[in-house]
Amino acid sequence: MKPSLFGYHAPKTLAEAGAILAQDADATVLAGGQSLLPAMNFRVAAPSALVDIQHVEGLKGISIKDGAIAVRAMTRHREFELDEQVRQANPLVAEVMQHVAHVPIRNRGTVVGSLCHADPSAEMPLLLTLLGGSVIAQGPNGAREIAAEDFFTSFLTTARKSDELVIEARFPLLPAGAGWAFDEVTRRHGDFALVGVGCIVTLDAQGKVQTIQLAACGIADRPVRLTEAEAMLKGSTLTPDLDAAANASLSAVVAPDDMHASASYRRRALKALITRMVTKAASRVRPGAPS
Amino acid sequence: MKRMIKPSIPEHSDDPRVTIALTVNGETVSRTVSVRMLLSDFLRHELGLTGTHVGCEHGVCGCCTVHIDGKAGRSCLTLAVQANGADIRTIESVANGDGTLHPVQQAFKECHALQCGFCTPGMVMNIVNRFEEPGPLDLTDNGIRDMLSGNLCRCTGYINIIAAVRRAAELMGRA
Ligand SMILES: Cc1cc2nc3c(=O)[nH]c(=O)nc-3n(C[C@H](O)[C@H](O)[C@H](O)COP(=O)(O)OP(=O)(O)OC[C@H]3O[C@@H](n4cnc5c(N)ncnc54)[C@H](O)[C@@H]3O)c2cc1C
Ligand code: FES
Ligand code: FES
Repeated sequence: MKPSLFGYHAPKTLAEAGAILAQDADATVLAGGQSLLPAMNFRVAAPSALVDIQHVEGLKGISIKDGAIAVRAMTRHREFELDEQVRQANPLVAEVMQHVAHVPIRNRGTVVGSLCHADPSAEMPLLLTLLGGSVIAQGPNGAREIAAEDFFTSFLTTARKSDELVIEARFPLLPAGAGWAFDEVTRRHGDFALVGVGCIVTLDAQGKVQTIQLAACGIADRPVRLTEAEAMLKGSTLTPDLDAAANASLSAVVAPDDMHASASYRRRALKALITRMVTKAASRVRPGAPS
Repeated sequence: MKRMIKPSIPEHSDDPRVTIALTVNGETVSRTVSVRMLLSDFLRHELGLTGTHVGCEHGVCGCCTVHIDGKAGRSCLTLAVQANGADIRTIESVANGDGTLHPVQQAFKECHALQCGFCTPGMVMNIVNRFEEPGPLDLTDNGIRDMLSGNLCRCTGYINIIAAVRRAAELMGRA
């Protein structure tokens, strides 16, 4: 239960950090350590070197610009959760955040670290996917923006190259007047989700769905947008079509049976959560309100 | 008979070592440690502060909770080298200098919120920090359960710990 040996670097600048990552493909970024250190203590992970980015300048803080919340790499979960500006700009964040682990873990773990870890049942990757956000990866040839749908490629795997550092994540704001909801099914509060569902919806003056975003985690090797259900619900008055839309989403469950839940249990949880989250999000719509 | 009892501590280690300096319970300490030493082991083995307990070493039990730069965190999921320059507080600093207990400790005692006591240092460090955070506290049963959700106790069944958190809030004028 102790990590195997590794080299340790604590760079102060992005350039230094990048140089170490470029030299050694097994060197691993250390952010909050709340996923990496358990894996190292179990010796499931044995990186040749750690690049501790806590002292790298310019990687702290949250700002709201260009219709999105920009979260720098060393921003801890708890800062994102409690930030008053974030609460105003996108109340969905705080609702999701309460489900991520426990406060002492959220005090250390980072939002970007969670995205890079890419656990298919984790909440942050789901939130980024649901909102249609992106990350900024900084490599030897400069920075590139990677959309959520391209970033999460498989179980614990992202499109990040080994010489890239993710320096920022961008979570879009909610559309004007939108209603939102997130909930998950877990064995215990604070565990990873067996299934989690988030929904963002806007309604027109007649109460018909103008836009809808629906996504789930825990059902595949990455978070998924439930596009078929979205298409079925768009333009509808919700209630009559919700059951059919939820049923149409069940084929998105491709996670195999595991020790936590069977696939059929996950399908039932997914259906229940879709129904509840769409209904809850619609009940929170504020027509005509600014975002 | 073959001697079976013998120390298993290696006489020397080839681990790369780093000199770190940090503040622990208000005192500046500097030590040269292996890069892979966990903060929990640093506190216990290098500094003899054995009040920080080690249960699981993967972040689940919460026994090793200390304050890192003013925030409760897992010392088993933090490397000693990551704490270079940091301000660490452990359970040893919680009671007053004259031995009188902190209100959270007092409440645990009054409410019989510990049995074997193994989980208690982590529980206390977590709860003390929540009382230090600005903003309102949810002292409903569910709110307190959420506060305690990152700390496991194998003895008490939690009921008395929930009562102790509520009592601590009373003692601190936060109820
Ligand atoms: C008991 C426990 C319960 C938990 N429960 C949950 C839960 O319910 N939901 C949940 O979502 N998470 C949970 N977590 C995980 C927690 O949220 C982690 O904090 C998070 O997954 C990783 O963030 P970190 O900053 O700690 O990353 P680290 O552990 O430091 O890194 C994780 C991975 O991401 C890479 N990485 C980190 N930052 C960067 C970067 N900037 N650029 C490139 N690569 C990077 C690292 O190399 C590593 O591979 C739990 C953890 C514990 C210990
Ligand atoms: S020993 Fe650190 S959480 Fe269990
Ligand atoms: S009192 Fe024994 S583990 Fe909590």
